[in-house]
Amino acid sequence: MSNTKKEQQPESFTNREYEAGFITDIETDTLPPGLNEDVIRHISAKKDEPEWLLNWRLEAFRHWQTMTEPHWPNVTYTPTDYQAISYYSAPKSQADGPKSLDEVDPKLLETYEKLGIPLREQAFLAGVAVDAVFDSVSVATTFKGKLKEVGVIFCPISEAVRDHPELVQQYMGSVVPTGDNFFAALNAAVFTDGSFVYIPKGVRCPMELSTYFRINALNTGQFERTLIIAEEGSYVSYLEGCTAPQRDENQLHAAVVELVAMDDAQIKYSTVQNWYPGDENGLGGIYNFVTKRADCRGARSKVSWTQVETGSAITWKYPSCVLRGEDSVGEFYSVALTKMHQQADTGTKMIHIGKNSRSTIVSKGIAAGHGNQSYRGLVKIAKSAEGARNYTQCDSLLIGDQCGAHTFPYVEVKNPTATMEHEATTSKIGEDQLFYCQSRGISEEDAVNMIVNGFCKDVFNELPMEFAVEANRLMEVSLEGAVG
Amino acid sequence: MMLKIENLHASVDGKEILKGIDLTIGAGEVHAIMGPNGSGKSTLSNVIAGRDGYEVTQGSVTYKGMDLLAMLPEERAWAGVFLAFQYPVEIPGVNNTYLLKAGVNASRKHRGEQELDAMEFMQLVKEKAKLVELDQSFLSRGVNEGFSGGEKKRNEIFQMAVLEPSLALLDETDSGLDIDALRIVAKGVNELRAAERSIIMITHYQRLLDYIQPDVVHVLADGKILKTGDKSLALKLEERGYDWVREEAHA
Ligand SMILES: Nc1ncnc2c1ncn2[C@@H]1O[C@H](COP(=O)(O)OP(=O)(O)OP(=O)(O)O)[C@@H](O)[C@H]1O
Ligand SMILES: [Mg+2]
Repeated sequence: MSNTKKEQQPESFTNREYEAGFITDIETDTLPPGLNEDVIRHISAKKDEPEWLLNWRLEAFRHWQTMTEPHWPNVTYTPTDYQAISYYSAPKSQADGPKSLDEVDPKLLETYEKLGIPLREQAFLAGVAVDAVFDSVSVATTFKGKLKEVGVIFCPISEAVRDHPELVQQYMGSVVPTGDNFFAALNAAVFTDGSFVYIPKGVRCPMELSTYFRINALNTGQFERTLIIAEEGSYVSYLEGCTAPQRDENQLHAAVVELVAMDDAQIKYSTVQNWYPGDENGLGGIYNFVTKRADCRGARSKVSWTQVETGSAITWKYPSCVLRGEDSVGEFYSVALTKMHQQADTGTKMIHIGKNSRSTIVSKGIAAGHGNQSYRGLVKIAKSAEGARNYTQCDSLLIGDQCGAHTFPYVEVKNPTATMEHEATTSKIGEDQLFYCQSRGISEEDAVNMIVNGFCKDVFNELPMEFAVEANRLMEVSLEGAVG
Repeated sequence: MMLKIENLHASVDGKEILKGIDLTIGAGEVHAIMGPNGSGKSTLSNVIAGRDGYEVTQGSVTYKGMDLLAMLPEERAWAGVFLAFQYPVEIPGVNNTYLLKAGVNASRKHRGEQELDAMEFMQLVKEKAKLVELDQSFLSRGVNEGFSGGEKKRNEIFQMAVLEPSLALLDETDSGLDIDALRIVAKGVNELRAAERSIIMITHYQRLLDYIQPDVVHVLADGKILKTGDKSLALKLEERGYDWVREEAHA
């Protein structure tokens, strides 16, 4: 994320392009399209993986072949031809995996600079460690040395497989089993890279960790896997950002994220998702089908998911918490914007198992243009979850009258001592609110931004400072031309 | 001349509300407009401020020599037109001070003046808040979010004080104010009276005019200015209602 913020000048409102839509022209090592066991063996071999992992992948693949793509989300799209996708693409220069920063292909460094993610450590003011994933491989991870001093492991997951196999084997798939759902199974079979984070007992991670995902190659899918383990009493704040070039073809992104929090551990996971949304006619864009789940295993453990979702043609995503530990806490703060022909079916699941476990859900959906969006949330209170509490607040804001917002809240309560609170509102950006701002000298476009940012404030407040600024800016850029 | 309205006709959803308004306001003057419910007072102030949804079918509105009707609402604000709303709008999550700062700086920018920085603006805001005895805590709250009816009205006058308009339209600012608040708000408005600032006060109550002495009082009924007089007209209306004005006009 960029440290130097451009001042929003009125003239820049004429620029309605997706800013991250450029293509990096780089030689790649790309597998031909198609999916079979040989492809999986090939990926595994490329990454020099141990036998157990290959078997794990193959098992997932066999399971996946028996599954069918889910159709319950409230979205419509052209089905993906899984044989037409390439499952591995890496810049040739990175063939042997990331080395030191000096050895990273300058074209890649330039790509990330353009996106506002300088990978040179000295370029960072805020002290954020970054893992940059370009198509199927991680190209650079910054500040590794500094993190190592306190025992924090932050590296590409392929590297973790090599250097910390015991941790990976113990935890990978323990939160999202390989056969959990269609896309999770596909991911387990073909995942290529992603980040691995391990925070040892009692350590407060000294800086924000962030992974930046970039899809570049044509006709490839991105299947990353992220695994974060927070040991007893530790703390980490992690952020992921995503962009992709502007292309007419739809591209699939099917990620899996697993979080494990032990006793008194805290994980704050923030996402700013800005995959290419397609054009104004609904052509192109990313299919963002993602499984994210946290296991609040320990007593008093806490996981917060904060997401700002402005990109992708289709989003299908429910970051969830399994609140196993006593007094464990799960939070979900979400802003989702669908404009043009974007569709999002997103929400969360809070599964209360531990006594006195608590969860908070704040979902803010904004629909503009022909955008369509659904909040889908499940709050489940198991019999064991004595004294569990949930608070859900679900607000939708409509801009224009061609868009739609829906809410599907599901509640299952097996313990009568549970307390549930649910609030929901749907409002239109009022003509009266716009006029009020205008009569104070604020232009309509600025007024819309102001009102939307006000609407999103409860969620933006949860983001780390510099990312909140970025999120604000992203909303502004995304809303350009949404009104009128 | 500050404002000149000539033969103004305006309709909403095809229904004619304003049926030929003529009104001239000189610089520094304070005019009161009174009239029965539904007679078109808010419609007139909305048309002057530029709200969408009103179709002007005839007539003109000239402000400081400019064709006001050709301007966007924000352009009117930059030119010094201000409307204190009869029903101020809540904008959740948008900080009261932030909105005002954006408004003030947009206006300054369009006038070619230096924008105020955060410090300068806070100074200005604190000083103006004192003028209407608005508690500092309102400055950091969402725009009108959860404000009581009277607090909203007081906030409108506070905004007027900060924006320093040349033409202020106060649409029933006195309604909903308690006795003390009315006195405070009126004191604020009086302090804002200036040779280069004109004020149109829409009100139902003569009482407000005891606090803010108008130069001229108009009666707006059935979409027209039926009568114009001095302050004594308001007293007469208080006593006798509006029917006699209508009868006189139709005679
Ligand atoms: N959007 C609308 N659609 C239909 N009628 C409208 C609309 N807006 C205003 N009107 C009508 O126009 C007339 C004038 O309304 P206006 O609000 O200007 O009255 P007013 O003089 O301000 O009344 P009050 O003293 O009650 O505030 C009313 O009959 C009202 O119902
Ligand atoms: Mg009115």
